[in-house]
Amino acid sequence: MTNKKNRNNIIASIITIIIALLFLFPLFMVLINASKTNSAITLTPLKMPDNWALLFKNIKTIWFDPNVGYQKALFSSFFVTTMSLTLITICSAMAAWAIQRSQSKKSTFFYMMFVAAMVIPFQVVMFPLVRWFNVLGSFLHVQLLRSYIGILIAYLGFGCSLSIFMFHGFVKSIPIGIEEAAEIDGASRPKVFFSIILPILKPTVVTVIILNGIWIWNDYLLPFLVLGKGSPVQTIPLAVANFAGAFLKQWDLMMAAILLALIPIVIVFVSLQKHIIKGMVDGSIK
Amino acid sequence: MKSKKSRENGTFWLFVMPALFAFCMVQIVPMIMGIYYSFTDWSASAQAKINFVGLANYAKAFQDPTFLHSAQITTIYTIASIILVNLIGFGLALLVTSKIKARNFARAAFFLPNVIGGIILGYIWQFLFNNLFPEIAGALGLTKVLWLANPDLALGALIIVNAWQYSGYIMMIYIAGIQNVPNELLEAAKIDGANAWHRFKSITIPMIMPSFTISLFLTLTNSFKQFDVNISLTGPGPAKLYMGKLINGTELLAQNISNTSLVGRDTALAQSKAIIFFVVLVVFSLIQVRITSRKEVEL
Repeated sequence: MTNKKNRNNIIASIITIIIALLFLFPLFMVLINASKTNSAITLTPLKMPDNWALLFKNIKTIWFDPNVGYQKALFSSFFVTTMSLTLITICSAMAAWAIQRSQSKKSTFFYMMFVAAMVIPFQVVMFPLVRWFNVLGSFLHVQLLRSYIGILIAYLGFGCSLSIFMFHGFVKSIPIGIEEAAEIDGASRPKVFFSIILPILKPTVVTVIILNGIWIWNDYLLPFLVLGKGSPVQTIPLAVANFAGAFLKQWDLMMAAILLALIPIVIVFVSLQKHIIKGMVDGSIK
Repeated sequence: MKSKKSRENGTFWLFVMPALFAFCMVQIVPMIMGIYYSFTDWSASAQAKINFVGLANYAKAFQDPTFLHSAQITTIYTIASIILVNLIGFGLALLVTSKIKARNFARAAFFLPNVIGGIILGYIWQFLFNNLFPEIAGALGLTKVLWLANPDLALGALIIVNAWQYSGYIMMIYIAGIQNVPNELLEAAKIDGANAWHRFKSITIPMIMPSFTISLFLTLTNSFKQFDVNISLTGPGPAKLYMGKLINGTELLAQNISNTSLVGRDTALAQSKAIIFFVVLVVFSLIQVRITSRKEVEL
């Protein structure tokens, strides 16, 4: 009996590992083909590379190529993602707390509005958004298109709905008594939020950062519309898409560009795996 | 007392304002503009006068063969994705919740494609379909098929990539459901003589119905809105004859909407298509959640 169970277990383990390797196969193909010449890729895409040194040569080409602008794109992606996450986290937590604690008609109305907006597909607002940013920007003399400021406002506006929803649920479970105690001790409302509530919200902060971070880092359509092709600010998905448009037949360089784009996100995923999986699943179940 | 009240009101606005401002700028105002533009002849270029045209754009959208074709292939794509992603996701969840070795490695491997952007994934798979699969087929003595050159196979390619990208995510939702099934219940059934299949069918399946509801909802909305992989894997796709017109073979709805404006330069038409898209998405999601949640059980 135990023997049979053991054998089944081993068979199931082997099957699982084979499927897992199958899932990783496309990424492995990127790695080995990034270390070949273009003709070697076309002739023998499945073969292991003859010379791994080519990997570094191809990566170097992409890294320094002014047409790709990979270094700048890496910086822009990093900057846009971290700044957006900071804004989304702080502004959404603040709004969720104020809305939940106020319990007035206007706060219920705002909450419903934020939550209801989650069902609006981006396609409905994307063209008017570009037009509106154009009009508003020239009215305020602020460049909202092709600039950091515009895309940060956009990510805050699109990211806050789900984030407020998640913070709101958590704030509800925090007893109001601790806030009242602090206020009796003379703390102002903002102080109560920043020194008492925000630290308690930490688990939700992690979830909000993960959900929005993966979305923003990988997002293509919003940067495509708000930043546009050939603007000084390019994120990695934009840079790769631009490069692909011009060099799609040069698979050696394409593979190196893809590999470079994969490296940051794969490193983050492998090191924060548990948090990322939990955060992404929690976000959808709620 | 009154001063405290007004002070609290001041804090309320101070705290809500940043998010509310950005939210109104990028969602509420464009939403209202978008609804208005869908009834006009707006073309998105610097245009002096915008004329009201009533329902003309909507009438045009419903007669546009590219739009009808996109609606048709998006429906096929969505249904096939829902079935495939959920079958694979559920199967993987059963595998990795059993007491096998390397289950943590397997979970991570299945989940990994989710954190990679659709644009990048599309290019990776374009390479696989164009260069690698013909090579493998050749090595196995099969006929070499260029998947992306044939509109029907290219749609199949999109479905395969979606299954690869999304199954691991749905797997995690099923895992959460499976782990919530109380062990006592399974033990009790075992003592009463229920075999593994009966326990699975009569306890596990009904207990994880909420996971089905969530997973179906997520696969439905995500597949219906697919854009990134569509852009980078197939683009507009190989041409195809449809309703007597030569059109793009693999243009899913989201891509059709953006091409209507970016390529076709008819942004008002694109806007009306987007609103139809929105309404259909909401209606489908509501119907789906209503149907599956009726099958959920309360413990």
